[in-house]
This record gives sequence, C-alpha cells and structure tokens, in this order.
Amino acid sequence: MLTQADTPRALVLYGQEVASRLLIGTAQYPSPDVLARAVKASGAAIVTVSLRRESARQKSGQSFWQLIRDLGIKVLPNTAGCRTVKEAVATAEMARELFDTPWVKLEVIANDDTLQPDLFGLVEAAGELVKSGFQVFPYTTEDLGAAERLLAAGCEVLMPWGAPIGTGRGLSNRYALKTMRNYFPGVPLIVDAGIGAPSHAAAAMEMGFDAVLLNTAIAKAGEPVRMAEAFAGAIAAGRMGYEAGLMEPRDMAAPSTPVAGTPFFDIGGTS
Amino acid sequence: MRILLNGEPTQTAARTLEELVAALGYGEMRIATALNGSFVPVRARPETRIAEDDKVEIVAPRQGG
Repeated sequence: MLTQADTPRALVLYGQEVASRLLIGTAQYPSPDVLARAVKASGAAIVTVSLRRESARQKSGQSFWQLIRDLGIKVLPNTAGCRTVKEAVATAEMARELFDTPWVKLEVIANDDTLQPDLFGLVEAAGELVKSGFQVFPYTTEDLGAAERLLAAGCEVLMPWGAPIGTGRGLSNRYALKTMRNYFPGVPLIVDAGIGAPSHAAAAMEMGFDAVLLNTAIAKAGEPVRMAEAFAGAIAAGRMGYEAGLMEPRDMAAPSTPVAGTPFFDIGGTS
Repeated sequence: MRILLNGEPTQTAARTLEELVAALGYGEMRIATALNGSFVPVRARPETRIAEDDKVEIVAPRQGG
C-alpha cells in the first residue's frame, strides 16, 4: 500500500524543486506566439531547447532565445541529432555556454529510422559530461542494465522512452516501464518521447513515473494551446491517482453494491 | 585561406576564432563555437588560431524536443 512518504508531492531534479510534472519541447509549433501560449497553458516549468548552425544574417536563434527569456522558464538543452560521443559532448558544451545551465538532455542516437538511443555511447558520453560538471538527463530505453550504468556514471535522473520519438504510440512496453519504475523506486524517472495523447501521459503518471516530457503531441495538435491544457489536466489526474493508490485489477467480477439485504434473495429470484 | 564554416567552404583572412566571429558580423549575437569538432568557449576564442581547411561551427539557440 502506498503511503504519503512513498509519494512526495514535489518533483526534485538535481536538487531543484520543479513546480510541474509536465516538461514540453519547443519545436514544430505553427508560430512563436502559439508556442508561448502553449507553454503557459501547459503549466510546464521546464522546456527543452536545442542549438543549430546560424549565420550572422539569419538571426532566427536570437529571437527564439528572447522568447524563451520572456517566458521566464527553465530550459533543458538537448543534443538531438548527435550520433557519436564526441558530437554529443561538444554539443552539450556549446549548449551549456549558450543557455547558461549545467542541465543537458543527452541524446546519442543509434539509428536514423528508429531514433533509438545508442546505449553504449550514451553511457560513455554521460560519464564524460558528469565529470565536467554537467547534470545529465539521459534519453534512454527501459533497459535496466543501461540504467544502472547511467546511474553509476553519475546521472541522477533517467528518461526512458515511451515509444520512438515523434511516433505518438504511447507506452509501447508497459511491462518493461513498470519493471523499471519498481526497480528504481528512488530515482526520478521521466517518460520522454512517443507520447501521443493525454491518456498516455496519465497512464505514465498512474504507473508512478515522476514526470512526462513530450513535444509533437502538443505542437502538431489541431489546437496546440488546448492540447497543452489537456496534457496538464491528464498529468495532474494521473499523478493524483497514483498518490491516492490504485486498486489492483482482478479477473473475476465482484459486486460493488452490498449483497446482504438484496430483496428476493432467498426465493431464488423472479421468474 | 579556405575554411569550412558551418559546412560551407568560406574564404577568410581571420587569424583567430575571435577575429573570424567579428569579421562575419555576429557582433553581440548569442552564439557558441566549435573548432574541428571540439567546443571553444568564448574566453578561448582570442587565442584559438585558425588554419587552412579548419572546420568551424557557429551555433545559436533553436527550438528543440
């Protein structure tokens, strides 16, 4: 049975209390204005950002940076697109200077079609980055061995995928995710990627995950701002359900209305 | 001399990364730099020399997931 001690109300990531259990990405929105309104509607306290090549004439990164600053929100820079340890480490270092934060969402991608994490490269890059002072949020799978290596390398948060990035398929391996949650009860676990619907996010929270990170499901929704609000509601409901203690499913029916005192009970029903 | 700037062949007379960034007109823009795949912090740009065929990356904040 869950107790309040098992389910602290606050989310703490690398010593910092975070006000929302929903983290959202900033890419693919129809406009900067919709992005800003969606972030506010989501209640997110952390957004993911990235970095890309920029020419001196282009300046699009500068206006994006201004927008993020105006939102007054914490940023979690990613290393999206990196395929090697060296690329990921250099990208993280550039991001640390650019965004002025030791936080990094570490992605080392193994395959362009699945965007599956390269777990070997991920562990190696995480180790290097932790040694140089980073606080690493590794984008990983449900693999328990890799998770233990990441923790041993100094990661204090793990971000297992729900499904491959951008697929919106939800929690494709619930058994493995549940096992991971149970195996690391004290480690903040954030389901990152593959979330397509508010119900997926609610399910992750009901399973006891600490937070959910998503991008496409909000950014590409018919109405991103409404969808951001829908996800905020789903996350709150799922977390509250987890804290309240879910019933155990059972195979056989059991009457919810009291049986004692049922009229006609002793005459074998009506016929 | 010829360098690869963000993947594009580029002619420059700059001797250091600091001079290159200035010559390209980045001014006060919020950027980060790498030379031949390794990060170069702002404070190291003045003494980071550039040579023929060097690969220079200049990046800025961007939307991400």
